[in-house]
Formats: sequence, C-alpha cells, structure tokens
Amino acid sequence: MAFSNSTRSLLADEIEQIKEDGLFKEKRFICSAQDAEIEVEYPEGASHEKVLNFCANNYLGLSSHPDVIKAAHEGLDTRGYGMSSVRFICGTQDIHRELQDKVSVFLGMEDTLLFPSCMDANSGVFEAILGQEDVIIADRLIHASLVDGIRLCSAEYDTFKHMNMKHLEKKLELHQDRRIRLVVTDGVFSMDGDLAPLDEMVELCNRYNAMLLVDDSHASGFIGKTGRGTHEHFNVIDGIDLITTTFGKGLGGASGGCVSGRSELIELCRQKARPYLFSNSLAPPIVNGSIKVIDLISSSTERRDKLEWNTKYFREKMEEAGLDMRPGETPIVPVMLYNAKLANDIARDMYAEGIYVIGFCFPVVPAGKARIRVQLSAAHEKEHLDKCVKAFRKIGDKYGILGLGKNEIIEKYGR
Amino acid sequence: MDKMKETVLEYIVDEYLDEDDEDEVSYDSPLISSGIVDSFSMVSLKRFIENKYSIKLPDEEATPEAFDTVNSICRLVNKHLG
Ligand SMILES: Cc1ncc(COP(=O)(O)O)c(C=O)c1O
Repeated sequence: MAFSNSTRSLLADEIEQIKEDGLFKEKRFICSAQDAEIEVEYPEGASHEKVLNFCANNYLGLSSHPDVIKAAHEGLDTRGYGMSSVRFICGTQDIHRELQDKVSVFLGMEDTLLFPSCMDANSGVFEAILGQEDVIIADRLIHASLVDGIRLCSAEYDTFKHMNMKHLEKKLELHQDRRIRLVVTDGVFSMDGDLAPLDEMVELCNRYNAMLLVDDSHASGFIGKTGRGTHEHFNVIDGIDLITTTFGKGLGGASGGCVSGRSELIELCRQKARPYLFSNSLAPPIVNGSIKVIDLISSSTERRDKLEWNTKYFREKMEEAGLDMRPGETPIVPVMLYNAKLANDIARDMYAEGIYVIGFCFPVVPAGKARIRVQLSAAHEKEHLDKCVKAFRKIGDKYGILGLGKNEIIEKYGR
Repeated sequence: MDKMKETVLEYIVDEYLDEDDEDEVSYDSPLISSGIVDSFSMVSLKRFIENKYSIKLPDEEATPEAFDTVNSICRLVNKHLG
C-alpha cells in the first residue's frame, strides 16, 4: 500500500499541530441559499440555526437574486451545462464574448479575459506579461493569490509598506533600470477594508513610468458612485493599466474572475496565461448569470446606494455602542479585538445571539491584530443591522470592552 | 560584527516599521515569526545584504529561520564572508 501507516501518521501529526496552534478551520454548513438570513449547521451534526449572515462577500445581495437565477436557468437551457473544453480549443461561446465585452464597458477598460477564478487570473497574469528584465513592486498586504502569481513569474519583485506612498516612490526610484515596472495593489484590502490611494499611485506611476495593476475583488460593483470600483472612487479610470476582479463576491457570488485592461496586455494573457490555457472557463449558467449582474448594476445604482447607506448606518451605531473599529467607508468593518482568543470567543457568543461572524487571527492578519470582520450587504435591512449592533452591545458588555480603545483592550486581554 | 548588526538593524527599522509602530526591535527580536517581516517581503532584506556585503546567499540558506533575528542574519553573512 502506497499510503503507509507512517505516511498517515506523519500527516496526522501535521493536522494535530494546526489544531494546537489554534489555526484549525472548522466545518460549517449552510443549509439554505446565500442571503442575509441563512440556515447553518454548526458545529457539524448540530441542528440547523437561522442566523443573520454578516461574513459573506455578498455585498450587493445578488447571490440569490431572482433575475440572476432566471438568467442562469436560461443559460443552462440555451447553452447547456458545461463546455468540456478549455477556452481556446472549443470552450468559448458567444456568451463568454458578451460577458467580456460588458465587463470592459463597465470597468472602463479596453479589453477583458475571463478566468476560472480571480485566484487563477492573479496566478496567470504576471507570468504572461513580464519577464526577468522587469520588476513587480507590490503593497505588502496584497491578497495571497497575487503573491502566488508574483512568485510564479520570473520578474524581480519588491514590496512597499502598506499604502505608504513615500516608500513606493523610493522603490520606483530604486528600480528605474528595469525594462518594465509594474506596481500591484488591492483596490480595497479585504482584512482592513481600506482603500488604496489610487490617485496618488497613478500620479507616481506616471512620474516613474510604471504600469499599475489593481485587484478590485472587494470593490467591483459598489465602490465609486456608479460602482465601477476603486478607480472610479478616485476618479482615475484612465490611469489604470490592469484590473483583476472576481464574479465570486459582489457580482453574483458564483465563481469566475477576469483580467481587464490595455488590449495588448489582455492579448498576451490570451496567448500565454496558463490558468486560461489549461483550465476550463466559467460554465454557461454562470456566464449568463454574470451578464445579468452586469446589466442590473449598469442600469441602476440602487443596490450600491443601499449598501452605502447600510455601511454608514452600521458604523455610526457601532461607534455609539463603543466598539473599536478601524475607520473607513467600505462595507468591510473590522471590529478590533487584538487578542485571538477574545476574537474567537466573541464570534462564538455572537452566533448564539443569531449573528454569524468570524474571528480572524494570525497568520491571516498580523499577530496581535485579531478582529471580527463584519461585512455588510445590500441584502441587509435596517432591522438586521439593528439586531447585529444590539448583539455586539450585549456581548461587548459581557467582555467589558465597550468604550475601550486599543491599549485598554490589550491591557485587559493581552495581544 | 557590531557594525554589521547596526547596519542590518537600521535597514530593518527603515524598511519594515512604520513611523507610528511601537514595536521595539533588538538584535534578538524575532522578525519573521513575529510577523514584522513576512516571507513575501523578505526579498528586499536579502537583496540589501547581498549588495551591501557583495555576497550571494543561496535560496536554501536564506530560509525564514536564518532570517529570523539580526543575530542569525549576521551569522549567515559572516559565514559567507569567510
Ligand atoms: C483580493 C482578492 N483577490 C482574489 C480573490 C480570489 O477570488 P476567487 O474566489 O475568484 O478566486 C479573493 C478572494 O478571496 C480576494 O479577496
């Protein structure tokens, strides 16, 4: 037997170690469609609980929107279930082209290429467009999938301190001898909910002759006054060379990603990006659902407006309740607890109050910066937000953290 | 050795800490395992050391463990300075 007992026990030890380190991810089952209100089986085998969901990336509340579901059905009926081929052999339908064209218009870019996921887009884009004469200069807190993609590419790479423009400028100066400089950032950073200062970044990139890539996965569809993303928010749509984003969050939440940008860059991805060449693209129902999502948000800003209202209201009420949040304006609201055990204990007590949130600890966030990340949605009604704040008040009071700032919480619970 | 430690520490403070960081870094502070330097951003530190001391650190030696404190970094550099 190839899977010997010694191999098994080696792997079991590793799993045990993950548990000992407090990093083990438990299974949680959602036994309903994704929405503001969901049914959850947690822990495994427990009876189903109806809870309010405050940890989905369902920013626009489109995951279970009737029009999107209907469009997916139509995709299934007219274009079938699957393609059984990668894009460049016989896996590209007219609806793939239609989705790409609509995304280009929506994001204000020249061209777009679909990938099986944004993880795949980020894995493939760098190797496709850069070589060893080039350099990538990345914010230190970019998403893990970008880090993976950068590592797969032969270009030199360097990093700058999170959103520190002086440091970025220093690095741009340092790498002036390279053929191409590519600066990489998230538009909205998923753990802190902060916005990369794209206006300043575009200015620096122009001054130092560098290209700019933005992963707008946590922004597409709702950041900016018509929801185009972080580049719209900062009014620099023309200054961005590449955007990667996902259909797996605000834009319907099923799956799929894309690279959008200058046409030569997209053409190189079409010719060379490995996840595009060697993995199936989005299935027809998802393509059709995604087209409907883009149509919906192109014709009305109602959903992103509601999300913006929800965000303002929730942050205000949480502030009044005395919770320590990272300031910001995105629907990602980090409630700072600093201590990992405290974050997990509070998340568990919140669940008992009918509010589904999760504690985030090292290594997902820096050590000593544990938190509960609350994510708001246009699917939330005011009553949902009130119930969530009420639960935070109750549980926050139980742990005696209401009104406390960073140093006081750390003094009480340690890091 | 002391001069080298000073130089490396100065680079780390400048390259990895923000002005408002309260972290105090000494020659023995863990850098990687504490999260001050992550394995992704370690690359600039490695390049700085290679340029400064005109050495080449092979990837199998430039491990997160070897880079975890100023002291261990300087030991590695000295080994290559011969
Ligand atoms: C910033 C960012 N980029 C990319 C991804 C990956 O997206 P996908 O689920 O489409 O692979 C995520 C999802 O976690 C993300 O947060």
